Amino acid sequence: MSALIEIRGVTKTYRRGTERIEVLHGLDLDIDRADFVALMGPSGSGKTTLLNLIGGLDTPTAGTISVDGRRIDQLGGGELARWRAANVGFVFQFYNLLPVLSAQRNVELPLLLTSLGSAERRRRATIALTLVGLGDRARHKPKELSGGQEQRVAIARAIVSDPTLLVCDEPTGDLDRATAHEIMLLLQMLNRDHGKTIVMVTHDPKAAEYAQRSLHLDKGTLAAGSGGGR
Amino acid sequence: MIRLVWAQLFRKKTRTVLTLLSVVVAFLLFGLLQAVQVAFESGADAADARRLLTTARYSIIEPLPIGHARAIERVPGVVAVASADWFGAKYQNESNAFPVFAVDPARYLDMYPEFTVTPAHREAFVKTRTGALAGQRLADRYGWKVGQKLPLASEIHTKTDGSLNWEFDLVGVLDAEDPAVRGNADMVLINVAYFDEARQFGRGRTGWYIVRIADSREARAISAAIDHVFANSPDETKTQPEKEFAIGFAKQIGDIGAMVTRILIAVFFTILILTGNTMAQAIRERIPELAVLKTLGFSDRTVTALVLGEAFMLLGLGALLGMGAAVSVLPALNGKTGGRFPPLFVSAETWLLAGVVTVALALAIGLPPAIRVARLRIVDALAGR
Repeated sequence: MSALIEIRGVTKTYRRGTERIEVLHGLDLDIDRADFVALMGPSGSGKTTLLNLIGGLDTPTAGTISVDGRRIDQLGGGELARWRAANVGFVFQFYNLLPVLSAQRNVELPLLLTSLGSAERRRRATIALTLVGLGDRARHKPKELSGGQEQRVAIARAIVSDPTLLVCDEPTGDLDRATAHEIMLLLQMLNRDHGKTIVMVTHDPKAAEYAQRSLHLDKGTLAAGSGGGR
Repeated sequence: MIRLVWAQLFRKKTRTVLTLLSVVVAFLLFGLLQAVQVAFESGADAADARRLLTTARYSIIEPLPIGHARAIERVPGVVAVASADWFGAKYQNESNAFPVFAVDPARYLDMYPEFTVTPAHREAFVKTRTGALAGQRLADRYGWKVGQKLPLASEIHTKTDGSLNWEFDLVGVLDAEDPAVRGNADMVLINVAYFDEARQFGRGRTGWYIVRIADSREARAISAAIDHVFANSPDETKTQPEKEFAIGFAKQIGDIGAMVTRILIAVFFTILILTGNTMAQAIRERIPELAVLKTLGFSDRTVTALVLGEAFMLLGLGALLGMGAAVSVLPALNGKTGGRFPPLFVSAETWLLAGVVTVALALAIGLPPAIRVARLRIVDALAGR
């Protein structure tokens, strides 16, 4: 069976003024469907850059990235946006919810890009919120929720359109240990019970333990890969 | 999406409400000033291209001999002639002043078909020497009823007994369907036959002539021909198309159109700067949120539309509230002018112009931040760069 994500010879170079900085150097990586991968490494190792490339937020300078057989490195801005909307859910360190919208409306946001009617959008958002254990907080605004609850809403938003892939950037970085544990259990449940493929960047070895395997990046190169988790 | 735009717009309620209020006030001012301009130009707008006005050559207050009418009628191209004389009147007290014209009833009403008079009222006016026709709005304002006596004090004309107090029989009312003309119907017409006979001075003379011509393209030539008839006589004339006369008359007060335009340019320029700055600041604060929307799959075009939508919603709402306020304030203002000013109203053209101004302002205010957001690189914005 071919991998869900196939990365071949990916290089990413940024230009800072007159200087060219190569962040990733000819990276090769396969991530299987329903895999849960933790990307680890020191600051500046290129893990967030790699995550952005996998999530279609950026395009490589060289090399190819295929997700579910589709070359996303060849997609233009509009196509890439549509691809992200249909295939990727994003979870950020600082939740990135819209403060003016209720939890329910925040979760509905990705569905605004679909042809679903408002009743169906509402129904799906309710299901997603219930799945993350916040069915009773639907009307609350983000500022009325705790950090852990906000992250749960963000996860509900990430899964509401039923994407194949979840891309998580330090999902527990802003949470205390107990709440981080709850969030990681939730991600683990989504991976195990719902077959979501999860790629997660983390500095936290404890968080990485929940993944099926960890990959270590160092200076733009994949240092080692090993599985293992709870 | 509209709900999203609305929520984003009112993210900081106080700031948005204050900005909205400034837009409302700007459009209130716009509605009121445009109404004043339309009122001033209503004479010109209502002017018929096939009507000429003949006045004394050097001053419109100098009366002309009644005999001029026949001479004017003989000028080739002239179809009909009517005369009118300024009576000037107050009703009950100094503040109730309005125009009163002494006219030949049939000729005058034929000359102005835009005024609506029922056949019964017209016939009564033609047949009653002491008859008077009052504008419907004046009659409503003072509670006049057809059939009553109408006591009026003239500002100029004394009766043969030396009194300035006249009494007429109100035999009918006149009105106009076109709002631009309705203001011209805020007057009282009296029968010149009775007026000329009963006045102490100025008999056999009238204020001006209204001349109907067959072909408006001949207006200049016919005007010149009429004036040529009376050239080098003691009562030389000045004839001009009705529209020119109306514009010239309005400009005696000042170039209202130019004044209104300059004020409104200043107002809207201020709004442009104020709202544009607020909008740019609001979008700048939300760059990370807009980057998140793009991350979720909102295309550049959709995010641009969201930002532009905020500008359109702010300006549109402000314009609607401001214009609505103008519409609701104008009746009260009309009541306070006591009929000495043409009726103020928000015309269809003013609504259209308000729409154009709204769109132009929304684009000017919304496009710069919208373009900035469209060019936003997600990874840079998320990283706070």
